[in-house]
Amino acid sequence: MSRRVCVIGIGHTDFNSITPDVEWKELMYESCQKAYVDAGVDPRKDIDSFITCAEDYLEGFSIFDEFVPDQIGAVLRPCCTVCGDGLYGLGTAYMQIKTGLMDVVSVESHSKISDLLTLGDILLHAFDPVFERPVTGPVERPRYGGSPEYTKEDPKPLVGSTKEKQRVHPYFLAGMEMQDYLRTSGTTEEECAEVVVKNKMNAFFNPLADYEAKISIDNVMGSEYLFSPLKRLDISPNVDGAITFVLAEEKTAKELGVDPIYLSGFGWSSETPWLSTRGMSADYATKSSQMAYKMAGITNPRKQLDIVEVDDRFSYKELQHLEAIGLARPGEAGQMLMEGELAKDGAIPTNMSGGSLGIGNCFEATGMQKALEIITQLRGHAAKRQVADAEVGLAQAWRGIPSGSGAVAVFERGGA
Amino acid sequence: MAKKIEGSPGYAPGTRVSTKDIVQKKISYSWWEPEVQYSWSMGQAMSKFIMGLKDGKILGRTCIKCDRVLVPPRMFCEYCYGPTDNWIELKDTGSIETYSISYLDSDARRIKDPILIGVISIDGASPQHGFMHYFGEMTKEEIHIGMKVKAVWKAPKDREGAITDIKYFKPLKGGGKK
Ligand SMILES: [Zn+2]
Repeated sequence: MSRRVCVIGIGHTDFNSITPDVEWKELMYESCQKAYVDAGVDPRKDIDSFITCAEDYLEGFSIFDEFVPDQIGAVLRPCCTVCGDGLYGLGTAYMQIKTGLMDVVSVESHSKISDLLTLGDILLHAFDPVFERPVTGPVERPRYGGSPEYTKEDPKPLVGSTKEKQRVHPYFLAGMEMQDYLRTSGTTEEECAEVVVKNKMNAFFNPLADYEAKISIDNVMGSEYLFSPLKRLDISPNVDGAITFVLAEEKTAKELGVDPIYLSGFGWSSETPWLSTRGMSADYATKSSQMAYKMAGITNPRKQLDIVEVDDRFSYKELQHLEAIGLARPGEAGQMLMEGELAKDGAIPTNMSGGSLGIGNCFEATGMQKALEIITQLRGHAAKRQVADAEVGLAQAWRGIPSGSGAVAVFERGGA
Repeated sequence: MAKKIEGSPGYAPGTRVSTKDIVQKKISYSWWEPEVQYSWSMGQAMSKFIMGLKDGKILGRTCIKCDRVLVPPRMFCEYCYGPTDNWIELKDTGSIETYSISYLDSDARRIKDPILIGVISIDGASPQHGFMHYFGEMTKEEIHIGMKVKAVWKAPKDREGAITDIKYFKPLKGGGKK
């Protein structure tokens, strides 16, 4: 009989713009402890494998994997770090359980982005060093180990812009993509602004969210252009926080007496990295959703999905992603939004959590934030933002600037 | 034909690329120097610990369940996964668990006076709980596993709340001989 994989425990910290009172290990410990209690497992005995999702440069540690075991309960146990969004960790856990290698697996992802002082430069560091990075700004101080002082005969190499010390902020990529999206889809800036209005309003009903606000399209349209056509309020602010899931094989879940939420479909996909070559319409989301739908037996996502959380770190991304994963025809998502179809009682309730615009950009924990909301909704624990009769939900993740990678997970309430 | 370079593995002979080759663009290369800066919150355990160092104290954390005294201190015990219980002050003495005499710097250049570095179990803490630190006031001939050592602190006015408020560990009087 085929093994089924389900989520049996969830845990999370609060999400805050800064968290000076705790270190990242203590954040991770809090969310893991909560997830293990929620699942009713002792990590030192009951969990077979531990997965963390993190990117060394964001953390500020080389080989971050090595710093993980203590705070997640994984000392001298099978443990690995996936360098990617938390949703990729769920996929890894899925495979470990599905194959029969493991019965109970934990997945943790977090953001301690307030520890990083130079986010812009770290993201520029992800651009191609020959073809793209030099165009983002000058390189001024090359040094090699033991290199002598540069002389007139051996001058200091300099490439890139001659404007000293001016590097472009990498979020211009999102501005570029939004420009393309607006033109090709016929979506308007006002429709994108309404995404911000909706998600910040949803955030009022999610105690986890820190960026709730009652604003109008005018507020968004009136906020300053940062990466035209992106305005300040179109961009999700950064937050710290941690999220942990415990996954298990169905039989183990039943032995533990928990109400399982099945991970019934999973997919992931990556674009070419060349910024001038790759598509601008989130094809990674299309491909990963197709893979997940096939696995989950979803043939008509618009009918079969009761609730979705898609990446909305930039306002237009929500609409673009909805179209990419087949929940709206190209150019249609903005219109659906304006007609209330993405609201709690609409056809496709979208980002009821408040999304990244309402909660904040959780970096590698962003996909897990989406999944957390889906699990909470499918459990029926979403209080005032609860979508009625939610049985099948989807979480979609994008790895953020400058990536063209993403993943999709489909969850179902037990019994399906 | 390239000659073997001292220190490189025998199976990988070759000619090193020199800084000159790079600077004179004899090879294709690209470079970049990102601005990479972090300011990590130290958290509950480390904050208390480094404040202790500033006062010339080494603080540990106990786990009652596992009967352990943890140095460096942490708010959770990695063995039982429970929260740790109490702060305790430890002596600034201990013994060398193991050490190395390092003749190269981080860029693999030879250091004139080799650096003595290793790990110390602090007296009063659980076995193999303590510091990684430098050793001083001893020669490379004298240092040995099990050697009793004592912290040499910076003057109180120079301490800043850092692991380097301890300058190094020196032989404990009467415990320095092999
Ligand atoms: Zn313990």
